[in-house]
Amino acid sequence: MSDATIDVTRGAGAPSYLSAGHRIRSWLLTTDHKRIAILYFAAITVFFLIGGAAATLMRMELFTPGADVVSADGYNKLFTLHGVIMVWFFLVPSIPTTLGNFVLPLAIGARDVAFPRLNLLSWYLTVAGGLLVLTSLLAGGVDTGWTFYTPYSSLYSNSYVTLAAMGVFVAGFGTIATGLNFIVTVHTQRTPGLTWGRLPLFVWAHYATSIIIVLGTPALAAALLMVVAERLFGLGLLDPARGGDPIIFQHVFWFYSHPAVYIMLLPGMGVVTEIITCFARRRVFGYPMMVAALLAIAVVSFFVWGHHMFVSGQSLYASLIFSFLSFVIAVPSAIKVFNWTATLYGGHITFESPMLYAMGFVGLFTLGGLSGLFLASVPIDVHVHDTYFVVAHFHYIMVGGTVAAFFAGLHFWWPKITGRTYPEAMAKAAAILMFLGFNFTFAPQFVLGYMGMPRRYHVYLDQFQVWHAASSLGAVLLAVAYILPVFYLGWSLVRGRPAGDDPWSATGLEWQTASPPPEHNFARLPIVREKPYAYHEHDEHPQEREATTHRAQGTGRTPGEARADGASGDGPRADDREEARE
Amino acid sequence: MSRVTSPGAEPNEPFLSWQRQREAATFGLWIFLASEVVFFGALIVAYGAHRFLYSAAFETAGAETNIWYGSINTAILLTSSATMAVAAWAAKAGLKRTVLIGLSLTAALGFAFLVLKGFEYREDIHEHLVPGSPAFPLAPAQTQIFFSYYWAMTGVHAIHLTIGIGAVLWIAFVVLTDRTDWTRSGTLHGLALYWHLIDVVWIVLYPLLYLAGRG
Repeated sequence: MSDATIDVTRGAGAPSYLSAGHRIRSWLLTTDHKRIAILYFAAITVFFLIGGAAATLMRMELFTPGADVVSADGYNKLFTLHGVIMVWFFLVPSIPTTLGNFVLPLAIGARDVAFPRLNLLSWYLTVAGGLLVLTSLLAGGVDTGWTFYTPYSSLYSNSYVTLAAMGVFVAGFGTIATGLNFIVTVHTQRTPGLTWGRLPLFVWAHYATSIIIVLGTPALAAALLMVVAERLFGLGLLDPARGGDPIIFQHVFWFYSHPAVYIMLLPGMGVVTEIITCFARRRVFGYPMMVAALLAIAVVSFFVWGHHMFVSGQSLYASLIFSFLSFVIAVPSAIKVFNWTATLYGGHITFESPMLYAMGFVGLFTLGGLSGLFLASVPIDVHVHDTYFVVAHFHYIMVGGTVAAFFAGLHFWWPKITGRTYPEAMAKAAAILMFLGFNFTFAPQFVLGYMGMPRRYHVYLDQFQVWHAASSLGAVLLAVAYILPVFYLGWSLVRGRPAGDDPWSATGLEWQTASPPPEHNFARLPIVREKPYAYHEHDEHPQEREATTHRAQGTGRTPGEARADGASGDGPRADDREEARE
Repeated sequence: MSRVTSPGAEPNEPFLSWQRQREAATFGLWIFLASEVVFFGALIVAYGAHRFLYSAAFETAGAETNIWYGSINTAILLTSSATMAVAAWAAKAGLKRTVLIGLSLTAALGFAFLVLKGFEYREDIHEHLVPGSPAFPLAPAQTQIFFSYYWAMTGVHAIHLTIGIGAVLWIAFVVLTDRTDWTRSGTLHGLALYWHLIDVVWIVLYPLLYLAGRG
């Protein structure tokens, strides 16, 4: 078989992953990481809309001090649904399972993840878990809050706690499978020359995230198991009447659930690093420290869980140590922010829509992180514990941070995923509206919390109304900003112009194959000869961007040149099997 | 017994060489085991906290478990790890019949463990050693905490063992029908890693649940 034959069947001219099969079966039983990413996109979009609908009802209820829309019980069920769906079925899977699944193998020059069938199984586990949670919703809902705190969830709640907890339990195995897959993929599937020191930070971020997933999620499984065992079989681990300890649940739960914040956040940091370097045309500032910061966050995140328990009767000495460690974890987070800023310095910055979303991420994450320092100090936390201050803080991190990064990455890689461009002006408007709407919604909640408004109440004193009304109005803007992309991205699928292989002139390996990529990603493995983000060495002037004078990371040649012969890189053919030998 | 060679069999996607697939499968299994250790670790640490708080009650309750069942099951499970190891190393040498015998013995020993465990559970239920039961025979109330751990930990362990037996039977079928080049794929090695973890967990549970209170 000659090279030319292979290039026609497997190279740039090969059919894209989207046209590799058109039956439903070819999607539901696929082992292609790119199609699995699309399956995840579909699933988490549905979950996001359900969780968002619950939030909309809550903000409607909170527009006035009295109870107008829902009962107290209904409100409990709404915020539980909102939390459970958003945390475990949108935020935790959001970036890793969609953008990570799609881009990570491409970014390391691999044909697929290490265990493609396990990858498909993880999607089914996530969907099955989601269906269990939705069943509990239809059966009558859960009223414990997303934290399932005992003894409320174990003894006193008459709602469908077991069903919801089992749903989260099942989905957790899906998350572990994804994390395990990413770790093994990064270790075993890198293309020749892609050493650890040359990995894009998007890949490093997913690697660090996967470590947290694999070592944190089983603790959540243990915590939920204790609750379910008590509700179903009468075991007494958490029952104070028999000497059981409800606080043990909190310890085990937060041992997972604080690191889970970084499961949501670190992939976003990876996305934003790719985008900032691309649109500033700069090599990332302090690559070794960026990697060290990711790994440091992954490690330290396991030792800060006690800051959720300052008022749970935890020993004061333990509280002080957890408080100190919580300040410590702010250091690597600050390093990331400083390095992003330093990357911008001297760059030729342009503000395309992914860059606007990424800038929004940096600002909102910084505000969220700084308010986290308030909460890490014991006296202030005792004052604002379980108030809207906490609610505002973690929404700044999870919604302002993670969701903004998700949209940034979605816009950045949309041309690669679909092969189409979207209306840039609309996208810019949505990005700006999301930033404004977000701050309009959640900044008032800092004030509310500091004034003493507790979370999880559907009625409140009249003096809080002006802030609640502001927050509810901001939520309208935010909802519009979230719905806009559904329309213009959907429109682009039908009417968008072909994007070309590398519309942003970015350096990552994923831009060196066709858009959308062929089923096996690369006809020839790209060989990597330099560090990532080689922008400003070769691309000093922004007007040269059209001419793509920078060199792509994998080939040492310009991207157009590299694909001129139909192959993706100059490495060995990707389907060459080595002589199998011991 | 001749060395099995199946030239048609190729490594699974996306691996291009058997060696790389073997490394990845083994590495993936180790990561999974790390995750399992956290899961059992959470239960064991919680057990430690409660035993520290209620050491007298835990000794009272610990003396009520059936040490005969526990000890015989420990011996059975340790033996099954030996037969598993034989199967894994025989696979490297391509000794098909030895692999199949090793896997069959492993599955049989695992099944024997479950049967004995079932008899032990029946006896426990007969003696009302079930937390929350109105006829729970021991005092103080904290003895129920010990038996909560007993049921939760041995139950979760039994679930793992059941999955393990299923996996052993499935891999035995794979070897029997030569569905993959099992001499080079590392499948048996991965299976053995999981089986040994089940064994190691039991080695920790045995002193915690059967030897406590028998000093």
